[in-house]
Amino acid sequence: MAEVKIEKLHKSYGSVDVLKDINLRVEDGAFVVLVGPSGCGKSTLLRSVAGLEPITGGDISIDGRNVSDLAPAQREIAMVFQSYALYPHMNVENNMAFGLKFAKTPKDEIAARVAEASRILQLDPLLKRRPKELSGGQRQRVAIGRAIVRKPKVFLFDEPLSNLDAALRVNTRIEIANLHKLLKATIIYVTHDQVEAMTLADKIVVMNQGRIEQTGKPLDLYYKPANLFVARFIGSPAMNILPSIVAENGTTIRVDGHTLPLPTKQSAGSSVQLGFRPEHCGFEKTGIPVTVAIIERLGEIGYVHCRTKDGNNILVEIKGDPKMPIGTKTHVAPSRGQMHFFDANGQTLAA
Amino acid sequence: MRRPASAFVVHGILGLYTLLALFPIVLVIMNSFKAKRAIFNTPLQPPMPWNFDLIGYTRVFGDSAIASYYMNSIVVTVGTIFFTLLFGAMAAWALTEYKFRWNTALGIFLAIGIMVPIRLGSVSIIQMVADLNLINTLTALVLVYVAQNLPLAVFILSEFIQQIPRDLREAGRCDGLSEYNIFFYIILPLLRPAMATVAVFTMIPVWNDLWFPLLLAPTGGKQTITLGVQQFLGQYITDWNAVLAALSTAIVPVLVLYVIFSRQLIRGLTSGAVK
Repeated sequence: MAEVKIEKLHKSYGSVDVLKDINLRVEDGAFVVLVGPSGCGKSTLLRSVAGLEPITGGDISIDGRNVSDLAPAQREIAMVFQSYALYPHMNVENNMAFGLKFAKTPKDEIAARVAEASRILQLDPLLKRRPKELSGGQRQRVAIGRAIVRKPKVFLFDEPLSNLDAALRVNTRIEIANLHKLLKATIIYVTHDQVEAMTLADKIVVMNQGRIEQTGKPLDLYYKPANLFVARFIGSPAMNILPSIVAENGTTIRVDGHTLPLPTKQSAGSSVQLGFRPEHCGFEKTGIPVTVAIIERLGEIGYVHCRTKDGNNILVEIKGDPKMPIGTKTHVAPSRGQMHFFDANGQTLAA
Repeated sequence: MRRPASAFVVHGILGLYTLLALFPIVLVIMNSFKAKRAIFNTPLQPPMPWNFDLIGYTRVFGDSAIASYYMNSIVVTVGTIFFTLLFGAMAAWALTEYKFRWNTALGIFLAIGIMVPIRLGSVSIIQMVADLNLINTLTALVLVYVAQNLPLAVFILSEFIQQIPRDLREAGRCDGLSEYNIFFYIILPLLRPAMATVAVFTMIPVWNDLWFPLLLAPTGGKQTITLGVQQFLGQYITDWNAVLAALSTAIVPVLVLYVIFSRQLIRGLTSGAVK
């Protein structure tokens, strides 16, 4: 297994920059998840590492070897595609053995590796079947098996779960996590699903518009987002964001008539965005005055959609059943220490 | 659900058309088994014990040249199919998969090839073949037919190649296959239904063609069967028994080829590849 280092990676299609100055280190054996909205460049970054997309500038090295100009096969990577990309005219066994045959691996070695992958992924009863005779989850496992037999230095997963139904997705997610522990493999994994990102990753890389917005451990991103984009992207439902103006003294802000302290002194009159998560606020006697608009009851929790008098929306998560009629006038108070402040450029104000 | 009445009408029309299309073929086969007098007196009558005669077939198979004409036709047709498919698929793959400078121009050039009938160039083709010393060879015929069929083959195969998911080719690249191996081991097997389609409609005009055999290989034992049959058609006497028998047997090889290819026309070969 190996470390992946990406330095000053740049990629453009004509005049359109799709990846801008990407710097990333994936430690040996780490599970790194690239997340971001569609079109943010996460798949392009993965494909660049795989060697399927030529890069415009910068360097990619795997295990200390610069692979920027090498063909995919020479990079010692294995990719699991979103669509699985199993060869339809071969059975499961041949699908896994196919690449090895061309690498002139000895026959008994191929058989041993296929048998091992098949054992790990419980594919034994399926070895003689063709892809079209398999269910989605089984195809997924074959695709992973095809990656395992190559004994790559790095595994690359491109949204591998997005074609599975919800229940299967949870199972496969756990299987992938177990597989990572078993193989102690370096994995780069692309998804747009933040639950997958939070549960699988040692390190999450949040991308937006071809840039890395923030890199960090899942809970660090959750508790200490570096900017407004990460704050909104990580966490479900998304963080509440309210505009506010810094008061005369420079140490407090006024949000819909409610005064809150700022972590650092700001210039008076500048605008600051206040963010707090639905699970980090509650209804109190004092706070931001709101009117209850919609209530969603999920049983264990309830989501209360509130509206401030300035027309901003606030979502509040309540344990159990929020017993309040629609139209109730009340106050929302964010928990202390769970508030985030962002400047006009969307950067987090240092605490 | 379609109403039975309209289904009946549709099937009626199709059945009628089938009868119409099969009629001349049946007529030829029927009369090939009859004595000469019966062919002219009662052309619509099926062969009966009193007019049954295999004289046509004995004459055709008795003539040793005819057998080699069959061989010529088969060689030309199979050769044409093979090279049309091979080069057509390779060109289609290159045009759809790779971006290079003259990609679009080449595509348009090939599209023009579909529209311009190759027979317009007969004179220069004869000159070219003569210059290459290929007159009266089967090579000349194969070359011309491949050129004639290549544009449409490329066009159709490109469409099919575009339907092969991109991920499959990239999975091949990750598996360490060279571009040639991706083409031969992933693309070609998946193109089988498309290639069968192309083969079927390449084969029939080539088999039936009289024009280029007449121009390029009229003598020297390199005649194709369609040309070879002409020897039974004289200015004063036509050996109708032999002509009909030769035509009837000429159907068999194309029919066999068609059966071979139509078995490849299985739909949904790519199903299960992705998603």
